[in-house]
Amino acid sequence: MATTYRICPRSGLQFNSDAEKLMRWHAVAGVLSLLVGGIMALGVILTRWPAVKLLEADTFYMVLTAHGLNMLIFWIIFFEMAVLLFASSTLLRCRLAMPRLAWFSFWLMAIGAVMTNIAVFQGESSVMFTSYVPMMAKPHFYLGIILFAVGALLTCFIFLGTLVVAKSEKTYEGSVPLVTFGALTACIIAIFTIASGAIILIPTLLWSLGYIREIDSLMYRTVWWALGHSSQQVNVSAHVAIWYAIAAIVFGAKPMSEKVSRTAYFLYILFLQLASAHHILSDPGLGSEWKVVNTSYFMYFAVFASMIHGMTVPGAIEQAQRLKGYNKGLFEWLRKAPWGNPAFSSMFLSLVGFGFLGGISGVMMGAEQLNMLIHNTIYVPGHFHATVVIGTTLAFMGLTYFLVPVLFKRELLFPGYAKIFPYLFGLSMYMVALVMMGAGTLGVARRHWDMSFAGAPMAYEWPGAAYLMMGLTGIFGTIACVSGGLWILQIVFSLLFGKKLEEGEKLSMPIPLTLPAPTPGGAAHPPATPGTMVLALIFLTAFILYYFVNWKYLSSLWGMA
Amino acid sequence: MADQEERIPVMQQVLDNPFLLLFLGITIPTVIYLMWGVMEIANIPVAH
Ligand code: HEM
Ligand SMILES: [Cu+2]
Repeated sequence: MATTYRICPRSGLQFNSDAEKLMRWHAVAGVLSLLVGGIMALGVILTRWPAVKLLEADTFYMVLTAHGLNMLIFWIIFFEMAVLLFASSTLLRCRLAMPRLAWFSFWLMAIGAVMTNIAVFQGESSVMFTSYVPMMAKPHFYLGIILFAVGALLTCFIFLGTLVVAKSEKTYEGSVPLVTFGALTACIIAIFTIASGAIILIPTLLWSLGYIREIDSLMYRTVWWALGHSSQQVNVSAHVAIWYAIAAIVFGAKPMSEKVSRTAYFLYILFLQLASAHHILSDPGLGSEWKVVNTSYFMYFAVFASMIHGMTVPGAIEQAQRLKGYNKGLFEWLRKAPWGNPAFSSMFLSLVGFGFLGGISGVMMGAEQLNMLIHNTIYVPGHFHATVVIGTTLAFMGLTYFLVPVLFKRELLFPGYAKIFPYLFGLSMYMVALVMMGAGTLGVARRHWDMSFAGAPMAYEWPGAAYLMMGLTGIFGTIACVSGGLWILQIVFSLLFGKKLEEGEKLSMPIPLTLPAPTPGGAAHPPATPGTMVLALIFLTAFILYYFVNWKYLSSLWGMA
Repeated sequence: MADQEERIPVMQQVLDNPFLLLFLGITIPTVIYLMWGVMEIANIPVAH
């Protein structure tokens, strides 16, 4: 097979033909999973909305299982595999290592995802995506996840192989680009993630087949969360890489300091996965030393790394904008940013929401004592919808607007919708995350079909605010589902019916996705970034206040008298 | 030739070596999280 390349006239990127086709298929499979997961989200939200309570209990748990799996595992990982292929073969301008194996892994993933979905919708595998033992699902539920994971693992190795190819064929000089380095971080964490998954899910499959008598539930949870949590860190590494990429694409921004950004990623590689222990903080059986070392001492290095990324990305944008002359005051660079460009606005909403809503709440609940306040409440999904929906999903969706003309060679349809989508979806998700966290602070349980516990021998009177917030979850959740659904339609219609862009054609869509790169001109030093400094101080203040408010709250939970 | 060029700092050499990073990224959590955790669980006495 001869390797062929094409240079995209709209972005200057070089695509290897094998890698390009694989990226398209992974992205499409991801969006299909998002579609299934999104329809399920509507079922979840309309049931947890106390005034609506759409589904029966059995159906609700089935739908929630399908929601978690299709969103968190299938959508995100399919898309991430496309990102790995892009960050290796496209950014390093080289051929893909082992393209046949790459197709094989894609099909393993696809078959696995379909198989697990079949198991879930057959109705006897409503064990949630965490599949805690001793709840038992049908064997093909576990088998599907294992096949999917093996496929993803192979693609990780293909990514590493492609790095080797690029190095030996000298398609780049010096170090790999920062975005590729971010993808490498994601890939390394993914390998640990998937290996842990195999360690625990293969015995669980055998148990469900009847070959193993028992699996200890604490052992299961401990090893499972090395998969469940670390996979979130794959997402963080990947979406941070996309933030950097979008800053570069839209503004021509250069990282403020390659050294600092890479060191931050290095801290991810070393420490981020240890934070898996924060899922077991309320479990007896594991000692405080283990909990504290894993969640506090080491994890804070990783938190620190996230704060670095959260500063250097807007900092790089500020520099690029100031070089273009937007120098007035603290924030002209931000006011004059292209707010109608969906790649930028998605990225910026993703960054702010991830930091303020996801990051602050995550550090709070990752402290052993404070964890008691919110353990197993709907605060937890509130937190991770800020990380995994606002942070990861919104960044991926924003990048997709760029991929339609560049990777799929189609003109985007309905550009007017593209302008408002990030705000519609992003801000309604901000609200969903906030009100879920509010309800959780009042104690509303997660994964519960009926918050009123109707018919239970001991009634519990919720404050009215709890019902109000679950109602708001329903309202904003519905807006998020509908706007997300329209996004899927927009992308699918554009891929099917958008104008085919010929090779020489420059115009990608009515909204220009890229601005002209700044000319460094005579500037000897890159400009200072006081605006970003102020944003960082606001963030730290919010962080400290929220953290201490929760300690205060904890101290007042039980009367001392 | 080689020593005419600028020496590459150690940290940069580490960051440029994907397989060393892979080794670190797997070993650290395996030891500190998985092995330590599993050992603690295995040491919980069984009730009679
Ligand atoms: C489209 C808008 C979405 C809405 C309105 C929504 C709503 C919800 C709600 C209310 C819950 C909590 C249910 C409960 O614990 O009783 C939930 C759970 C969950 N959601 Fe979403 N979600 C959305 C999108 C997403 C996306 C994009 C992802 C991942 C990328 C995601 C991942 C999850 C996961 C992993 C759970 C946990 C399921 C479990 O507890 O087993 N959601 N969602
Ligand atoms: Cu976690």
